[in-house]
Amino acid sequence: MNTTIMLFLLQDGITNGAIYALLGLALVLVFAVTRVILIPQGEFVTFGALSYAMLATGQVPGTARLAVAMGVVAFGLDLYAARRSLRLKLVVRSALLNIVLPVAILALTYALAGPKTPIAINIALSLLIVAAIGLFLYRIAFQPLAHTSVLVLLIASVGCHLALQGLGLVFFGAEGLRGPALSNAAFTVGPLRFTGQSIAVYGLTIAFIIVLWLFFGFTLMGKALRATAVNRLGARLVGIRTTLSGQIAFLLASVIGAISGILIVPITTLYYDTGFLIGLKGFIAAIIGGLVSYPLTAVAALVVGSVEAFSSFYASNFKEVIVFTLILPVLVLRSLAAPAVEEEKD
Amino acid sequence: MTQRLPLIIFAIVMAVIPFIPGIPPFWIVLLDNIGLAALVAMGLVLLTGVGGLTSFGQAAFCGFGAYTTAVLTTAYGVSPWLTLPLSLLVSGIAAVLLGIVTVRLSGHYLPLGTIAWGIGLFYLFSKLEFLGRNDGISGIPPLSIGGFRMLDPGTIYFAIWIAVLLSALLTMNLLDSRTGRAIRALRRGHIAGEAFGVQTPRAKLLVFIYAAVLAGLSGWLYAHFQRAANPTPFGAQAGIEYLFIAVVGGAGYVWGAVLGAGIVVILKEILQSYLPYVFGGQSQLETIVFGILLVVLLQLAPTGVWPWLMSKLPFRPARKIPDTSLELPARVRAPSTPSVLLHIDKARKQFGGVIAVNDVSFDVGAREIVALIGPNGAGKSTTFNLITGVLTSTSGAISVLGTKVDNAPPQEVVKLGVSRTFQHVKLVPDMTVLENVAIGAHLRGHAGAISSMFRLDRADEARLLAEAARQIERVGLGDQIDQLAGSLSLGQQRIVEIARALCVDPLLLLLDEPAAGLRHMEKQRLAALLRQLRDGGMSVLLVEHDMGFVMDLADRIVVLDFGTKIAEGTPADIKTNPDVIKAYLGATA
Repeated sequence: MNTTIMLFLLQDGITNGAIYALLGLALVLVFAVTRVILIPQGEFVTFGALSYAMLATGQVPGTARLAVAMGVVAFGLDLYAARRSLRLKLVVRSALLNIVLPVAILALTYALAGPKTPIAINIALSLLIVAAIGLFLYRIAFQPLAHTSVLVLLIASVGCHLALQGLGLVFFGAEGLRGPALSNAAFTVGPLRFTGQSIAVYGLTIAFIIVLWLFFGFTLMGKALRATAVNRLGARLVGIRTTLSGQIAFLLASVIGAISGILIVPITTLYYDTGFLIGLKGFIAAIIGGLVSYPLTAVAALVVGSVEAFSSFYASNFKEVIVFTLILPVLVLRSLAAPAVEEEKD
Repeated sequence: MTQRLPLIIFAIVMAVIPFIPGIPPFWIVLLDNIGLAALVAMGLVLLTGVGGLTSFGQAAFCGFGAYTTAVLTTAYGVSPWLTLPLSLLVSGIAAVLLGIVTVRLSGHYLPLGTIAWGIGLFYLFSKLEFLGRNDGISGIPPLSIGGFRMLDPGTIYFAIWIAVLLSALLTMNLLDSRTGRAIRALRRGHIAGEAFGVQTPRAKLLVFIYAAVLAGLSGWLYAHFQRAANPTPFGAQAGIEYLFIAVVGGAGYVWGAVLGAGIVVILKEILQSYLPYVFGGQSQLETIVFGILLVVLLQLAPTGVWPWLMSKLPFRPARKIPDTSLELPARVRAPSTPSVLLHIDKARKQFGGVIAVNDVSFDVGAREIVALIGPNGAGKSTTFNLITGVLTSTSGAISVLGTKVDNAPPQEVVKLGVSRTFQHVKLVPDMTVLENVAIGAHLRGHAGAISSMFRLDRADEARLLAEAARQIERVGLGDQIDQLAGSLSLGQQRIVEIARALCVDPLLLLLDEPAAGLRHMEKQRLAALLRQLRDGGMSVLLVEHDMGFVMDLADRIVVLDFGTKIAEGTPADIKTNPDVIKAYLGATA
């Protein structure tokens, strides 16, 4: 094997792997807090990426309107849930969060969108839009199911994925889109060329890993989120607002997803359904990390990215087969290492 | 026969439908699709709804079935009827290989694992040269009987629905049998089943293979229906859809699969044909609505449509009453019972640094009631788990009738005649009392899955149910025999567990807090039953907190505190033992 090729493949693998790591982190985060295995994570990626790409061409993406629609539904659900003890304060708060916020984002998007809008503003707008969608998604689909089993949550998660992916096609069309790069800087080290884009990918990934690790390990809020995952009732009894924990987890996950999308859309063309596969690869990393460990997930993601890069070079036809089969030995090892404890399932 | 009546009516209705004059051919195509989906979903009902193993990868097994026949009929000219067993075999072998890996997975790893190999196999189908890559294989010959070729949807309709009806019949037979009860107990965890001799991993693998073979059958039919096979219908999306069908219909019910398939296939058709008119020519709208409906359904009716429909029925399906005159052969007992039945010598269990059971030694003799008492956390239940093989001991020796059982699996311990109840009741709540108790007799029956499916197990089954009914009478729950175990009070559920343990025909009965939750009269009745069992030759080892009950009943008492035996003797000795009083009251009273 030629060293240069190997280095190229490794670089490619690490760049992709860093993205998978970000997604893997978000998945671990959501699972650890809500027990939801977040299949629609891939849609957060495409929504973020394609909203950004559309904003870059001066158009207003449909996702902004989706956020408003979801907010209205969430508001309705809030009112229905509180119908026996409807207080003005409650209604106002819910309306502010669910109606005013997304409408403000939509208005802002209309006001700012244009062919000459600076990249930073486009990024901020896409993040805001996707964050709102993530927040409302939890309220609408998962909060009413919060007490159910992992399996029910998983099936619901699949339902959300189907709906959001379908909406993605409506908003962005079947054609792929590419977005402008964050920076055009580039430098070379030996045979390798590093772009500003790939440096941003590495930097953000590392930053997120450190921040999440600090947040969950050392802050009260982070510990409260973890407590919610272990035992909802117990967490509520000690005064943790479990609903808030879920919302925060989804908010973070959607922002991370959107950032990942914005990071890759200048590198590769994204289609409305690309997110699913990208998300699944993040999954593989997250599962290798046991859905609990952030550093292990990040390392696993790099391995997944590298395996993908090398197999696409040597056996490009079987790239996906290899990547997805990678998970099986890991799962078996995990099951053997931690033999099934008696679960009171239903 | 009356139980088969709904099935026969359904079969007649399905047979008549194609002959209704003026029925649109398109409806027949829909019915074909419903039948194909129902076959896969039926496997999922057994796998997911009944067995508790969620699989998103069933579509891949359809792929195995379809591609097997596609390759063999087109490239080698094999007759489609010959490829049927081969298709099922290939799906089955694939299931064995994937199942060995997959069913070991616990919790949420299992569904994720199935998603992973489901997608992996989809890409494999679409990349392999001899499977025609993405284009697949076309020109598959139709099914034919003599000169009659099933070319159009109206004729293959019969093949599909005969397959559906037969599969439903076989599946229901399987569920209503010794093996079926073992499968139905899977979802509630493996400990209870294993304590009565169920080989849990084998039962899991069995349902996995069964579901895969049904999917393979569907794939085989699909290939001859479409006369072509390509990777798309065997991908992750289809796998998700099959699970959706099972959930919509009611994941625990065989007919839920057929109903769910009907609802989903028709709904999809309506969505596909009408949504574009409502919203303009947008594509993929049906997936959006589909996804939203899935979430809404889970929030509103998590158990599915079939159980909801059944609860609306004005009549209840009649249950069979077992004929209690049938006898199971009793356990072969040694002509002279040895004086020591259970011998525990320095048994020790450590969990990391915690010593739960610290070199405990005691014996249980023949015809003796021994009570194991001690404050909470004394290691009583752990000792039970060591004896019955649920936990492996760190050191020491345990033997039953001279046979060493330390570190033997639970299934071996129960064979020696040691049966138990659990501190936290482990019954299957959606099975009747009779069915739950019959699990206790698992090792005394011999019928396997295949003979159950073809109803060759009836003599065996009748004897098992008779034994179960007798034990239920014996513990005084005869009136509740047909109720669901989950509907009984906790005290009654404990009694059901005793009946289940008695079905083993045990030499030694281990009871973990049998009197908890019982009223005074019930406790007295339980004590009388236990004395009667002892006088009949059985030994009893029980853990109990009700001192009045214990002192009254036990011949001998062993006291544990912090994992260590602190006293042993007759009830009178124990009452005055200063160490025991200290352990319970904190100081010498």
